Amino acid sequence: MITVARPAPQGADRRYLAIGALVLLGAAAVSLFVGVSGISPADLLAGDAQKRAVLLESRIPRLAAIVLAGSAMGVAGLIMQGLTQNRFVAPSTAGTIESATFGVLVATLWFGSGSVFAKMTLAVLFALVGTAIFLALVERLRFSDIIVVPLVGIMFGAVVGAATMFFAFRADLLQTLSAWTTADFSGTLRGRYELLWLVGGLTVLAYRYADRFTVAGMGRDHAVNLGVDHRRTVTLGLALVAAVSAVVVVVVGAIPFLGLVAPNITTLLVGDNMRRVLPVTALSGALFLLVCDILSRTIRYPFEVPVGTVVGVLGGAVFVFLIFRSRFGAAAA
Amino acid sequence: MIDIDGITKRYGKATVVDRVNLQIPRGGVVSLIGANGAGKSTLLSMVGRLLEPCDGRITVDGHDVQATPGPELARRLSVLRQENHLPVRLAVGELVAFGRFPHSGGRLSTRDHDHIDRAIAHLDLGPMAHRRLDQLSGGQRQRAFIAMVLAQDTDYVLLDEPLNTLDMRHAAQTMDTIRRMADDLDKTVVVVLHDVNVAAHHSDRIVAMKHGRVVADGSPSEVVDRDVLRHVFDLDVPVSHTDAGPVAMHFGRACTSGDAPLASRTGEFR
Amino acid sequence: MLQLRDDLDRPVADRDADHGFSPRHAALVLAVLAALAVAAIAVFMTYDLRGSLAFALELRAKKVAGMALVGTALGVATVLFHTVSGNRILTPSLMGFDNLYLLIQTGAAFTFGTFAFLSVDVRLRFGLEVVVMMGFALALHRLFLGRARDDVVALLLVGVVLGGMFASLTDLVARLIDPNEYVTLQDQFFASFATVDEELLGVSALAVGAVLVYVWRRTARLDVLALGRDTAVGLGVDHTRTVDRVLMVVALLVSVATALVGPITFLGLLVSNLAYRLVGTFRHRWTLPSAALAGVVALIGAQFAIEEYFAFETRASIVISFIGGTYFIILLLREART
Repeated sequence: MITVARPAPQGADRRYLAIGALVLLGAAAVSLFVGVSGISPADLLAGDAQKRAVLLESRIPRLAAIVLAGSAMGVAGLIMQGLTQNRFVAPSTAGTIESATFGVLVATLWFGSGSVFAKMTLAVLFALVGTAIFLALVERLRFSDIIVVPLVGIMFGAVVGAATMFFAFRADLLQTLSAWTTADFSGTLRGRYELLWLVGGLTVLAYRYADRFTVAGMGRDHAVNLGVDHRRTVTLGLALVAAVSAVVVVVVGAIPFLGLVAPNITTLLVGDNMRRVLPVTALSGALFLLVCDILSRTIRYPFEVPVGTVVGVLGGAVFVFLIFRSRFGAAAA
Repeated sequence: MIDIDGITKRYGKATVVDRVNLQIPRGGVVSLIGANGAGKSTLLSMVGRLLEPCDGRITVDGHDVQATPGPELARRLSVLRQENHLPVRLAVGELVAFGRFPHSGGRLSTRDHDHIDRAIAHLDLGPMAHRRLDQLSGGQRQRAFIAMVLAQDTDYVLLDEPLNTLDMRHAAQTMDTIRRMADDLDKTVVVVLHDVNVAAHHSDRIVAMKHGRVVADGSPSEVVDRDVLRHVFDLDVPVSHTDAGPVAMHFGRACTSGDAPLASRTGEFR
Repeated sequence: MLQLRDDLDRPVADRDADHGFSPRHAALVLAVLAALAVAAIAVFMTYDLRGSLAFALELRAKKVAGMALVGTALGVATVLFHTVSGNRILTPSLMGFDNLYLLIQTGAAFTFGTFAFLSVDVRLRFGLEVVVMMGFALALHRLFLGRARDDVVALLLVGVVLGGMFASLTDLVARLIDPNEYVTLQDQFFASFATVDEELLGVSALAVGAVLVYVWRRTARLDVLALGRDTAVGLGVDHTRTVDRVLMVVALLVSVATALVGPITFLGLLVSNLAYRLVGTFRHRWTLPSAALAGVVALIGAQFAIEEYFAFETRASIVISFIGGTYFIILLLREART
């Protein structure tokens, strides 16, 4: 079974953490110096003011946004997988992202496109309600297959997405809608991404509660036995996930698959103990998104492809591979 | 005659059926026995061309099962797997009628209907012919599938653990049906069975498999023997001789004591 | 299109009556669906006609013909796909077929250059795209269906993800094409009910017609196929070959639908399951025509409602996604509980 926890190889988490951090640093360096206006470390040393401005106004904020969003979405996926005991559940396969997008649309319809606070509040609220509905649906599937659960989530997301489309179409907001549904960092500048520090904080909070999520994921009975308030822990996890997804949707747009790919790869390497996996997942999420972003900037240089598109292709491929590994790999052996 | 010549089936590195040679002449009931994973069902499935062998050749009355056109073979040989869940909902009568497909191609003649009615009657399914399969018990469903195979009216019938889901009464009835298929309808039935005693009582010949090979082959009284069974199952089974023939006493303490090496049994699953 | 009388006179049908299924009822369902389809077409053609009558009628006739073709194609394709996959929730659209079609189109334009691509006759282009689609269908069979026969949900998840991936890939390839050239392509690619291509309509109708005849002659074999692989093989059906052919038919039908009006993800799922429920049998003689007719009714009905009541403020595909997605969740919940 896929739900059975894998034991962690001793010290694997630290090793991968170290390796990951090194690779991330390398990628970050590359990221800082890739772009339309060519900047090299030499320029900076020479004290080129204009290039320094580009670095400070655009490149560094962009890097920060990617690292924050990537790690947070990875961790959000990890929490959902832990709580549902299902490796294929993530904000993008549970209707969370679609619900958040719906919330952003409603906020735009009611309060105009300028109100970031309204957008965020409604996005979080909708994400919360949407994910709760998903969990309620899944509850009715208790004894069912591990793969039916994400399917229900994807379909629920499609229904919410259709409703969003419906209203967006009527209000002539389809163009705007596509900006929310495809993540894009090309507009990330200083002063326009800082909300993401909020998800950074949420990620740290998640680490504090990691053990409880692990216990809650074992099921109500185990949780009660170990003295963990199951309901409260699940609600907390849900709130974290909803908030993270909503903020990311508002600031950069929906990032597909990230919440699936990062935790799955990580648990494959490090095992299932949430406290150990969580930091590595944050790292791998950031790394995956950063690599996709570098690709999105170079693949059609000097134009940029939205990072959401690149993630959609790469993440989709990895996800299909994961399903294969878990389901058909065993059958073929 | 079914002629199995050097048949091998491998999954990755695991060899499930290993160069099996076996001839099954026309007539009678032949049982395949052996521990779980011995390769019985795999062998049967290859004869019924549900699985493709990696090596070797199987012919049925001279027809290569891999090369003979589907309908032609289906008029000579029928096969029933252990688990028969249908993706569609249909009535017992409808299922049995499908047994005539190889003969009719979908358009049933009067003769086809005769076969269908007889098969339904044979398995005592008359009262439930209109009921949907998914509303029946496992045993009833199993009988409906056997009726379908009967309606197919083939010289050779392959059954994979037909007693699996049946209670004692229906198991006895099914074995009785199998016996009559051979005796009254002159069919050759090859059946995978779990219970050595059932096999001994109802078959003319027992073929025992272990680790993908045939390790014993003979009449019930030859195979149901303490030494042979110890070799086949890695288990010490006393055999008592009764009026109804030999009975393996595979219950009680004798089984678990003595030189029944559990380790070698579990090793088989790898 | 169908000869109901002939079917009723066959002994099989009479026999079926003895086994819990009523052909009389199924025939009635079919007749009602046919009447509804005719009515939908008639209403769509004639309501609120203004201005030049001949022009309006011609415009609408094209639209109606396109929708009827698409409804039929998706209804039939979905039923066939259900048969080969052995369950009723997988559909070609959910397996990413229609997104793949768009990807092939965009990929071809990218590979051969926009202008070379556009200079090729639209019918020839369509033909080549269909061939590639059929290749994909066969690959799908070899790679997935064979191994995952008993693992429908895994297959479905793979399909849904592949579909999303194809969409992303299409977007990616589209962005690799020169933005100016892409504008020219866009009109060609993103088909809708309003812009049914006349040349394509003719060749599509021919292709769909030929395929329907082919399928109609093999309904008995399809019935056996629906019993599952082992049973079908036991009854003498060459399973691999038959499934290959059915999947190629499915690929053709989905290509036609997508080329004419673009992807409509949940239409097939909705109308096929509706058809099964209405006719009360899995026999293709009944399910195929009723799914086709239900497809026609649903599509024309939805488009009519949108034009009349929503004043074009939404799209048929959005409405169908909403209803179809909800229905799909209900189906999943029900399947998973039994």
